[in-house]
Amino acid sequence: MKQFISFVRKEFYHVLRDRRTLLILFGMPIAQILLFGFALTNEVKDSEILVVDYAKDNASQQILTHIGASRYFKISKAALTQKEIMSTFQAGKIKAVVVIPVNFNEDLLHSNKAQIQLIADATDINTANMIINYLSAIILEYQNQINENLEIPYQIIPETRFLYNPQLKGAPGFVPGVMALVLMLVSVMMTAISIVREKETGTMEILLVSPFKPVLVIFAKAFPYLILSLINVTAILLLSVFVLDLPVKGSVPLLFAESTLFIITCLALGIFISIKTDSQQFAMLISLMGMLLPTMMFSGFLFPIENMPLPLQIISNMVPSKWYYIIVKSIMIKGLGFSSLWKETLILLGMTLFLLAISLKNFKIRLQ
Amino acid sequence: MEAVVVQNMTKTYGKEKTLAVDNISFSVAKGELFGLIGPDGAGKTSIFRILTTLLLADSGTASVDGFDVVKDFKSIRNTVGYMPVKFSLYQDLTIEENLSFFATVFGTTIEANYDLIKDIYVQIEPFKKRRAGKLSGGMKQKLALCCALIHKPTTLFLDEPTTGVDPVSRKEFWEMLRRLKEQNITIIVSTPYMDEASLCDRIALMQGGKILSIDTPDDIVKAYREKLYAIKANEMYPLLKVLENYPGTLNSYAFGEYAHATFKDQMKNMEEFERFLAEKQLTGVEIKSIEATIEDSFIKLLH
Repeated sequence: MKQFISFVRKEFYHVLRDRRTLLILFGMPIAQILLFGFALTNEVKDSEILVVDYAKDNASQQILTHIGASRYFKISKAALTQKEIMSTFQAGKIKAVVVIPVNFNEDLLHSNKAQIQLIADATDINTANMIINYLSAIILEYQNQINENLEIPYQIIPETRFLYNPQLKGAPGFVPGVMALVLMLVSVMMTAISIVREKETGTMEILLVSPFKPVLVIFAKAFPYLILSLINVTAILLLSVFVLDLPVKGSVPLLFAESTLFIITCLALGIFISIKTDSQQFAMLISLMGMLLPTMMFSGFLFPIENMPLPLQIISNMVPSKWYYIIVKSIMIKGLGFSSLWKETLILLGMTLFLLAISLKNFKIRLQ
Repeated sequence: MEAVVVQNMTKTYGKEKTLAVDNISFSVAKGELFGLIGPDGAGKTSIFRILTTLLLADSGTASVDGFDVVKDFKSIRNTVGYMPVKFSLYQDLTIEENLSFFATVFGTTIEANYDLIKDIYVQIEPFKKRRAGKLSGGMKQKLALCCALIHKPTTLFLDEPTTGVDPVSRKEFWEMLRRLKEQNITIIVSTPYMDEASLCDRIALMQGGKILSIDTPDDIVKAYREKLYAIKANEMYPLLKVLENYPGTLNSYAFGEYAHATFKDQMKNMEEFERFLAEKQLTGVEIKSIEATIEDSFIKLLH
């Protein structure tokens, strides 16, 4: 234990005495938060929407046919109460709900005015905006169609509601994304580089010829980055709460627990990279190409996964940050608890154990 | 008692099976200062790495302090001290931090074994707050030696400890090794410098993965039977050419400011040779008979 502590202390010296590492460690999260403040546009395709048709009349059927004909949406129908609608949203599958009230056709025919309710999950504001715009356009088109030969026009008024993020702030979407990105980079790249550095400078040679267990070397190297990454999580959350005005809706301890799990996943990945590479440059390249890009592409943070071709969607399941992104989004923005997240948590846990297992199996107690 | 025993050790690298150590056998007695002498690529580092359990030999067996290098690698890692060729300490830690780190890693403290490193450590102690990366070559080596000694190893492996170190520090370093020997620590040291060979108890001259000769430095020199001459002229390069072309020359090579040469028939006809040199318009010629050094022995073994 004394050896372990001494090792960890040494590791902290390394980090704190290297200005460049420090800059990457703590400058990056802040830079990222500022950079990603600009929202990104993206297209929506095959979004799952739910239709709750209380009217079940002529007009409502026609509107639904129009929506169904669009390539943007996949419709499922259900008769749900307002409360049940909320819980479907929390399950996370449905992007928007179209509610057609009772007497829709009659209202339209008699008072020339009818309402239709559109509710969207605004956790991801880009998608939500897009879906609402498309839906409104389809409804408007239908309205124009039936008005063609009429003197007194009919009016269908879409009443829009954004769930979870009513002010459509940009932050909710990108804060979890930045968290996934930063933790991925810090944990994977820094651990990989710092272990490979010992190989490159030859200190690993001395450490191997010592009573210190080689496996402990690895854990002692990873441990400081767990602490530093948790500091980063705290920093990002503080920035998000006090600078971006985005409070954490769910449980903060749960968020930290899940973050710790994700950091360990990343550390395991970093350890695996470090075992397989022999130079710092190579380790860095692998970390960047192998981690940063997939995190950006496949976590659902920048590009909606549901728009990707199926093979890419399958690949996205193998990216740990995708699951972490879902978890953070759910806790921070939707305020969900562990009961809704156990599946994602289990996947991350499985990935971590798998990575640790193959790392230990591949770990070399000798130089070759 | 033998501290290190190596039997028929062979080591190759890569798919091409590049031969690094070629069927080598030797043993080192307890408390002996043993030198592996040879140029780069002779296989010294490979032997060190096999003995310190960092590499596995292709064939053959080896033991350190009675422990097998493959089966009992953990025991060996507990007891030996190892100083690799490259300076392998943490450049961004200070002298003191490096030393106390390695002490803890080996499960001891600086205080517990201070007497062992005292002679060496006092020389670098004034700079103990300085980072290792900012030290001179000689100080780095002293620190590395301290770190390798801090757990009171039974056997010390020093791989080219004096390469890149100034002559004064080199001399000091060897004096330190002699003092460590008195503590009954077995020391195996490698060096490309022939002048350091004579400071060892026994040496193995190595080339291309093979041991050419293994003996005490004195006996290796004594085994040199030919009469050796040192020859000098104002025109050094032409002199070497002339020596090569002289029909009576057995072997000739540059050696510092002189050329060393051996001749057939132990050079009975010196006048003829001097005449030959004069014909070639060499000036300031000086010829003297000299004692062979280990380097001369080594060069002879290479031929």
